[in-house]
Amino acid sequence: MAERLITATGIEVTYGNRRRGGVKVLHGVDLHLDRGETIGIVGESGSGKTTLGRALIRLVDTSAGEIRFDGKDITHLGEEAMRPYRKRMQMIFQDPMASLNPRHSIRQILAGPLLFHGLAKSEAEADQRIAKMLDRVGLPSIVLQRNPHELSGGQRQRIGIARAALLEPEFVLADEIVSGLDVSTQAQVLNLLKDLCRDLGLAMAFISHDLSVIRAVCDRVYVMRQGRVEEAGDCATLFDDPQSAYTRELLDAIPLPEVDADWLKDPEVA
Amino acid sequence: MSDLLLDISGLSAISLREGGNPILRDVSLSLKKGEVRGLVGESGAGKSTIAKALLGILPRTVKVTSGTMRFEGRDLLTMAPRDLSAIMGSDIALIPQDPQTALNPGRRIEAQLTDGLRLRRGMNARDAHARALQLLSEVHIRDPERVLKAYPHELSGGMRQRVMIAAAFSLEPKLVVADEPTTALDVTVQKQILRLIRGMQEAHGTAVIFVTHDLGVVAKICDSVTLLYGGKVIEAGPTADVLADPRHVYTKALIAAGPRYDRPDAGLEPVPQWVFDQLHQEIRTGAKEILHG
Repeated sequence: MAERLITATGIEVTYGNRRRGGVKVLHGVDLHLDRGETIGIVGESGSGKTTLGRALIRLVDTSAGEIRFDGKDITHLGEEAMRPYRKRMQMIFQDPMASLNPRHSIRQILAGPLLFHGLAKSEAEADQRIAKMLDRVGLPSIVLQRNPHELSGGQRQRIGIARAALLEPEFVLADEIVSGLDVSTQAQVLNLLKDLCRDLGLAMAFISHDLSVIRAVCDRVYVMRQGRVEEAGDCATLFDDPQSAYTRELLDAIPLPEVDADWLKDPEVA
Repeated sequence: MSDLLLDISGLSAISLREGGNPILRDVSLSLKKGEVRGLVGESGAGKSTIAKALLGILPRTVKVTSGTMRFEGRDLLTMAPRDLSAIMGSDIALIPQDPQTALNPGRRIEAQLTDGLRLRRGMNARDAHARALQLLSEVHIRDPERVLKAYPHELSGGMRQRVMIAAAFSLEPKLVVADEPTTALDVTVQKQILRLIRGMQEAHGTAVIFVTHDLGVVAKICDSVTLLYGGKVIEAGPTADVLADPRHVYTKALIAAGPRYDRPDAGLEPVPQWVFDQLHQEIRTGAKEILHG
């Protein structure tokens, strides 16, 4: 029996000044995630997928609802009380160029969190772990002396993955991490991520606007629309037999690489 | 009379910034009147460079070293600046990737949409206004009066791209260069915009060069396709032939690398290193491209 890692119930998030009303972007979302499971969160821009992901790891405050991590209610934990959980939940960002400190060498970027969280007692121990992880994500050790801008987009995203995985988290949030990559690089990065999750028993929430990528990576999927879950379920069930008209519309709008003269004539999405 | 509109032949270019690195290598492609041709490739393939060369907006750091670009028989590369500026925007127009940066944030849509009509076509304000309204309804904007008065930030991304399409077609161009026009859009909006571009193109008999990295988009909107890698044409021909019967290993590998929601077990095949090795070998030796049909 799979063990539940995250349970989110009735999550609401409001941005802006709450006394003046603010803007509610999540309207009561329920979501759960087992250890070792990968869920996809998909939706168009403004659907709330990024906010939902950030709420799960307490990067944005929830105005209503409850988030449980490994059985503990973490919804309103203060920064101090959250700290032990921070290491257990990691994030890989969309744009590694923006999320990796441009003035730091790759070695500094990877060693910093290890030393901060006390996972490595010394610089030497940190270097040992980093060397192993670099090998695991398929990068040569020469990149350690480089700065982020000297790497290619695919290499930078591997560093983002390595940085997160080094902390041996139980949960990883990956937000649009391949949308800036070429298709050949994208396949490599996604395969790497899948292997890492399997080998390390990582649970992952994978946020993407691309349903084809979601299907290739995830076990289950949540389709978001205007701050609500429109439809959720096993990938096999949801993709083969979508119940919501909106999910069907999203799927029909994906251009598959096959010539189909009628595709553009379809008047459904006029 | 020939129905050939555009004939690019042996086009080569180097980047002055990267120590004279070639960025286009002996590129040849042609376009008939009313044809939609996809220029497809990964980053660095040279597809945007070709688009920029067509529009006469190559950056100073790029130098064309050989080749011709004949538009209706006249070489755009050697044309006098005065003749060139008569063609650009009028006979050859652009649909940009990002309408947010292409539109002037401080001017209302009406001013931006009527500039060309007034300056190029000599229309007075009232006629230009009427024509702008007509153009906006043609791109299926329901409330054209309101949109004409709006500033760009008051419109959604999809609406802004509709305005750009209206602007591109406003002077009845013979060729529209669409540079990744749907990359920043949601899939449902992308489908609407693709349908719109195809509809406008068919209604006006306009030829389109469609730059994209997405083979799926090529399949749906392009009659023909030219696949590039490293500034070199790899494979070209009618879209149906190239996608259904790809002959180059790189074309096959690219198709296999893309995930598909309808085939969970296919896709996500990384392009093997030997394919890139072969590509680099072909670039060194100047191997011939594969041409279908």
